[in-house]
Amino acid sequence: MSPVHYVALAVILFVIGGVGVLVRRNAIVVFMCIELMLNACNLAFVAFARLHANLDGQVIAFFVMVVAAAEVVVGLAILMAIYRARRSASVDDANLLKY
Amino acid sequence: MSGVLAAGGTNTDFVAEETIFWILAVASVGAALAMILVRRAVHCAIMLAVVMLCLATMYAMEGAPFLAFVQIIVYTGAVLMLFLFVLMLIGISNADSIVETIKGQRLAAGLAAIGLLVLLALTIGHAAIGPAPPQNAGNNVNNLTGIAQLIFTTYVFPFEVTGALLITAAVGAMVLAHRERETPGVYALHDAADRPALLPDGSTSELSVSSALSPRDPKQEPRFVPPEETLQITAESGEWEIAPSGGADQ
Repeated sequence: MSPVHYVALAVILFVIGGVGVLVRRNAIVVFMCIELMLNACNLAFVAFARLHANLDGQVIAFFVMVVAAAEVVVGLAILMAIYRARRSASVDDANLLKY
Repeated sequence: MSGVLAAGGTNTDFVAEETIFWILAVASVGAALAMILVRRAVHCAIMLAVVMLCLATMYAMEGAPFLAFVQIIVYTGAVLMLFLFVLMLIGISNADSIVETIKGQRLAAGLAAIGLLVLLALTIGHAAIGPAPPQNAGNNVNNLTGIAQLIFTTYVFPFEVTGALLITAAVGAMVLAHRERETPGVYALHDAADRPALLPDGSTSELSVSSALSPRDPKQEPRFVPPEETLQITAESGEWEIAPSGGADQ
């Protein structure tokens, strides 16, 4: 397979994840869509690492995975704190800083 | 395509890789679309698991077996389980609202997505992406050894910083998710489950005792109850009274 196929698939997955971040209201689902976008980036990194025949892209994808895991841990903890205070996981209900 | 054939791999390998790629591509795009379309968050998590497993298989096909295993262990194993745990804590029955809060938001989001798709597609189309060299073409060692050499030489400082990041994230999650609540018996005169905790101002916290138990007055001194006496509580006054044992005989 040509790497362009993998990169095209990564682009499609990234755009789908971006649409999910924009239209979904549940904060957990928004987080899942962010994970989808990060996964798409990883796929592009791996495809380009194959194209250039070196391993730097794979190492960067590994770092992306680690940072994504840390981001999910802190993000979900914030979500639980918000849920405890406001009894809702919807992004519309966290509006105290609106005005 | 012919370059791939000439560069490495037999015709059978190439056909097999192409077949698997298209199956995985259709499955992952379909699962990703389903993820943003289904209303329940648990179904979204399952669809995300499908996408992640498809990507793990693709990493293995692309000559990245280490990343394939890390993808399965870290993403599908840890991150997705964390999502499911939080879903169970927050409430699994919460279906997402389909009411559009901001007028025209979905239309704008769709237009922005199409714009981004066109932009990225044009960028890729302009880039001269040639055929892939055969797997492990530039590496004189295998995948795992090569990654280890890079991580512990060129990328050793980012690797250490990653460790600090992980520690900070763990501590931050503990601080954020920790709930301070007085437990029964703590700071009270007696260590018992029905003794309410004392607040800093000296009053008692009714919240610290389970509602199944009726809290006693923590100021009340303990009394030595002879074994021949039993304590009864009267429902009317809530006062203690001593009933002689063998009350059933009277």
